Amino acid sequence: MDELKEIIKNYVINEYLEPDSDPIDYDTPLISGGIVDSFSMVSLKRFLENKYNIQIPDDQATPEAFDSVNKIAELVRKFVKV
Amino acid sequence: MTHFGNYEDRVKNFSWAISEEELGYKPGQVINIGWYCSDRICQMGKADRVALIWEGFTGERKVFTYNDIRLYSNGFARFLTDLGIKAEERVCLFMDRLPELYIGFLGVLKTGAIVQPLFSAFGEESLFVRLENAGTSAIITQRKHVSKVRKIREKLPHLRHIIIVDYDGKSPLQEREVAFSMENNPVDHYDIYPTQAESPSVLHYTSGTTGMPKGVKHVHYSLISQYITAKWVLDLHDDDIYWCTADPGWVTGTSYGIIGPFSLGVTQCVLDSGFSAEAWYRFIEKNRVTVWYTAPTAIRSLMKAGDEIIKKYDLSSLRHLASVGEPLNPEAVNWSVRVFGKPFHDTYWQTETGCIVITNFPGMPVKPGSMGRPFPGITAVILDPNKHEPYPEPGRIGLIGLKPGWPSMMRTYWNNEEAYKNKFRNGWYLTGDRARMDKDGYFWFVGRDDDVINTGGHLVSPFEVESALLEHPAVAESAVVSKPDPINMEVVKAYVTLKPGFTPSKDLELDIMNFIRKKLSPLAMPQEIEFIDALPKTRSGKIMRRILHAREWGEEIGDTSTLENE
Repeated sequence: MDELKEIIKNYVINEYLEPDSDPIDYDTPLISGGIVDSFSMVSLKRFLENKYNIQIPDDQATPEAFDSVNKIAELVRKFVKV
Repeated sequence: MTHFGNYEDRVKNFSWAISEEELGYKPGQVINIGWYCSDRICQMGKADRVALIWEGFTGERKVFTYNDIRLYSNGFARFLTDLGIKAEERVCLFMDRLPELYIGFLGVLKTGAIVQPLFSAFGEESLFVRLENAGTSAIITQRKHVSKVRKIREKLPHLRHIIIVDYDGKSPLQEREVAFSMENNPVDHYDIYPTQAESPSVLHYTSGTTGMPKGVKHVHYSLISQYITAKWVLDLHDDDIYWCTADPGWVTGTSYGIIGPFSLGVTQCVLDSGFSAEAWYRFIEKNRVTVWYTAPTAIRSLMKAGDEIIKKYDLSSLRHLASVGEPLNPEAVNWSVRVFGKPFHDTYWQTETGCIVITNFPGMPVKPGSMGRPFPGITAVILDPNKHEPYPEPGRIGLIGLKPGWPSMMRTYWNNEEAYKNKFRNGWYLTGDRARMDKDGYFWFVGRDDDVINTGGHLVSPFEVESALLEHPAVAESAVVSKPDPINMEVVKAYVTLKPGFTPSKDLELDIMNFIRKKLSPLAMPQEIEFIDALPKTRSGKIMRRILHAREWGEEIGDTSTLENE
């Protein structure tokens, strides 16, 4: 199990999903699927920055880069060794 | 050839009767928007024309003809009537952009009930205050959002029915819940309620500086404005493929995402997906979209995605582009000319106006950065903010005032006649926006006349956010202002003082952000929280929000003689 991906997935489940929502996996579309909108993306970015003590530049925090747990993990790994 | 033609000729010869005649409506007759947007189009011989092309985020695609729209909206109406919903009761639509949202909207109107669309990203508190204020009888929603309704239903005794359009039987229905499948319930004949011109139709909620959100009441006669403005401003022709990107939780998504295009009998597309430049361009290419109505925030996001991506798609079908929600900066207009070969046309209006009132018209030169000129039949002026009288000469900055009387003007704020009356001075409707008019009669937006925050084209009340912040266990006091943002024009920023025992931290900031997001909505979530020791206040204890606003925008702070700690 990939710890980074699990942390991101659990945060999305706890913060952005309603109780009866369909389960998500690492490839579930988060932005294009309407689970996390562009305003909420700011809080998800802030969580990652706080958790891993990193700064994700705005030009890399795109809807495409945040569209799944896998893509977010890939982005985070560019800034920190996990 | 545009529908609109020459501006001076249109203004000189204009009467709302032009729209009435085209719609076949005579004063005193029954007028029901649900009928005009479905049955009438079928009776005109267009029953088999595609009305709605819907695409979900997974790529799922559904196509509905005008006859489908007629049958399914009848089905909604029959179901609601059988539940006991009566004329003028409020029925809320609380859904993502599913086909049921667009078709259910017409179904509710066919019953004579008032349709109350609410943005599906609203949190439980935002949902509650709007349902409570409206005394809503029924809410039509989907599994994904029903848990928010369940959390508040005990506090809403008048909410008799919770209708779920995608119930899958996996978990039992709860108290007051009932399942309804639109596509399994077409109804060929339904006796549409005989609404009149002044019968209430739509209740949209909007935010103000003070107090809770206000319900803007519209009537079925609004169709007269929405039909003719959709035709002349959006230049919708019979063979157009139209895409309005707005969510019907907001007024653009109903006036021009449902009523305008459907009353004209054109084909429109809906993409129920979060934003991505690739997805949007692919959608335009795939559906051969000809008329595109979107928002400056989206345009700026597309600009940010770059020009290279555009070359991957064939966007040559685009014929007319328009924008709404916030001022469209000149750079965005010039960019669209460069990459699409045509400018975005800014349109200005409000939830209260119900239709476009000032715009850059198709076929006329666009002045980049300008709001455009008043629609024929609309008298718009720049008012002296103190005397509330029109400035006689151009170039002065003042309040945008409109002479009331066009068909889609709001009729009141729900249960708040006093707030409604406060919107008028000297016979002018006060928009709350400041602008100037140039010598050619074009209007140029300057800013809001109040503290309301326009973020991504949506209005957020600082009062509502401050009230919610006080419910967080760590917050002692707060002041909410806008701060500049390159994409959304403005975003919410909160200044917060903490209760004893709490210390500022990044984790506390995130916790407060998420608290507001879930309680109100993602739009209302502060994108930044600044912890300070004390808020600037007057000697009488009133928080001086304008000082914090000036700080964010790099403006002069102005008179601080009443500042408590000065």
